[in-house]
Amino acid sequence: MTATTVAPTPSADQPEGGAVETSLLRGMLRRTTTVVAGGFLLLLIVVAILAPVVAPHDPNAQDVLNRLRPPSGEHLLGTDDYGRDVLSRIIFGARVSLVAAVQAAGLALVIGLPLGIIAGYVRGWLEVVLVRVMDAMMSTPSLVLAITIVAVLGPGITNAMLAIGLIMSPRFFRVARASTMNVRHETYIEASIALGCTGTRTVVRHILPNVLPPIVLVTSVSLGAAVAAESSLSFLGLGVKPPAASWGSMLTTAAANMDTAPFMAWPPGVMIFLTVLSFTYLGDGVRRGLTRTRAE
Amino acid sequence: MLRFAGKRLLAAVPLLFIVPFLVFALINFAPGDPAYALAGDNPTPERIAMIRHNLGLDEPMFARYGQWVWSAMHGDLGVSFIADQNVTDLILRRASTTVSLVVVAMVIAVVFGMLFAILASLRPNGIFDRIVNWVSSIAIAVPAFWFGIVLASLFTVSLRLFPAFGYRPLADGFGTWLSFLVLPGLALGLLPAAEVALQLRSSLGTVLKSDYILNAEARGLSRLSVVLKHALKNAAVPVVTVLGFRVSEVLAGSVTLEIIYNMPGLGRLAVDSVLARDVPVLLGFVLFSTTIVVLVNLLVDISYGYFNPKVRT
Repeated sequence: MTATTVAPTPSADQPEGGAVETSLLRGMLRRTTTVVAGGFLLLLIVVAILAPVVAPHDPNAQDVLNRLRPPSGEHLLGTDDYGRDVLSRIIFGARVSLVAAVQAAGLALVIGLPLGIIAGYVRGWLEVVLVRVMDAMMSTPSLVLAITIVAVLGPGITNAMLAIGLIMSPRFFRVARASTMNVRHETYIEASIALGCTGTRTVVRHILPNVLPPIVLVTSVSLGAAVAAESSLSFLGLGVKPPAASWGSMLTTAAANMDTAPFMAWPPGVMIFLTVLSFTYLGDGVRRGLTRTRAE
Repeated sequence: MLRFAGKRLLAAVPLLFIVPFLVFALINFAPGDPAYALAGDNPTPERIAMIRHNLGLDEPMFARYGQWVWSAMHGDLGVSFIADQNVTDLILRRASTTVSLVVVAMVIAVVFGMLFAILASLRPNGIFDRIVNWVSSIAIAVPAFWFGIVLASLFTVSLRLFPAFGYRPLADGFGTWLSFLVLPGLALGLLPAAEVALQLRSSLGTVLKSDYILNAEARGLSRLSVVLKHALKNAAVPVVTVLGFRVSEVLAGSVTLEIIYNMPGLGRLAVDSVLARDVPVLLGFVLFSTTIVVLVNLLVDISYGYFNPKVRT
């Protein structure tokens, strides 16, 4: 437990009782950063859902007479190279980023979690093969693999996110397998098998609850990584198709016009940064909550 | 030590065959056909068949893969579908730019990361320690390509402190070479630098609590020399692991920065080959990147043997 004593920001929390879930949640709520991060993400989700209501302008309405304008009362964050309202495009871009993040992390979860549990529970040659394949995927440069998959399936946000999801699945696989192996030989698992429970029932009722908490942490971190990955693929023109707004593709415009409209790089950049940071801090909150409940 | 390195090498080599094979399989089973992309509008079936034959696409996948591996081992990566150029030449000509950028970024990461971690560990929980921790954990969320745009618009466009975008080879002089690489290198190196700082600070914290460090301090050595002479080598192992993981990320990130800074590297080539479905170029790029990552992982594994002799067996 030396790792907790050297944790950079010491937290003066005492262990507490109660079920794992409630104390985990309570522990998370006590940390300001976790609450702020969660609040920001919640706000982002609400804004993304209500985008057509919240956005002051049509995100694709062009106004070529007012191209590349700095922020003003009419356009709070200025306009882009087609005279489109940057604030509205940021708001609609939140939809793209969040949907993309859920697609990628969701796919990674759907692939990695069951395979990880199977590998850790069944063992044998199946585990050896799965571990080899996942290790190979982990040592391939991620963006290179993503670019290849996009090359094969064609550009487009869903294809790009399928690629990212596939690449992130080994993270889920590793954690699921390790946590399954941790409890595989506990008495209550053996008891469940001895009582005649089917393999499926043992896994769902007794192993899954042990695997899920660390998976929540991986999911949070992966959502952040997916937002970052989506923005760089869209920046390269391999993600969203124009005229749809994405924070990444908005930065393509900003990079092309940095001499005339240097302000344009800030809104999408700050949004990517804050979203990724929030997912990281949320994951950090989960991790701290987990180490505390484990220490009990 | 040599046997240990040899074993690691043998374990790493299959990856060089597996990853291109995966790409072959993906391209084979994917809908769509590069021949259609090349044939233009409304092609006749005969024309498609001719293009497929010329590109060797009418042969079975395993035969094509075998041929590609055989030629690749002889240094021949085929001819680009689009540019009618030798892929090996195309990649080697551009590789020096990308490798320069990655090296500069990694050097920045190691130097700044180590410097800040060591300075922070001199006074645990001091003000500098807390600032380093705070800044690093925030820097991890900064997208490299956005930071690159911000640095470019600030230092190149507004203040004109750095030369215009592009790249000059090392043969034009070290200073010239470096002046084109500082800004993209900084942008690309920020995240690994922050990770090195956090990781090294945390592992130094653990190491500095061990008995032999207490012993060294009891002998009256200063904190700085204890950190540099006694703690650093033991604290380095997790840092090397982080760096090894990051090289592949930095290589990937170089794609975006090459485009922002208009550098003639592999990034632009890769993106263009994706958009044009130029399979030979793409395969060459995949092979090149995988080779780099495999080599770096190998170096990381071998360095474990250097830092911790117990691993060598």
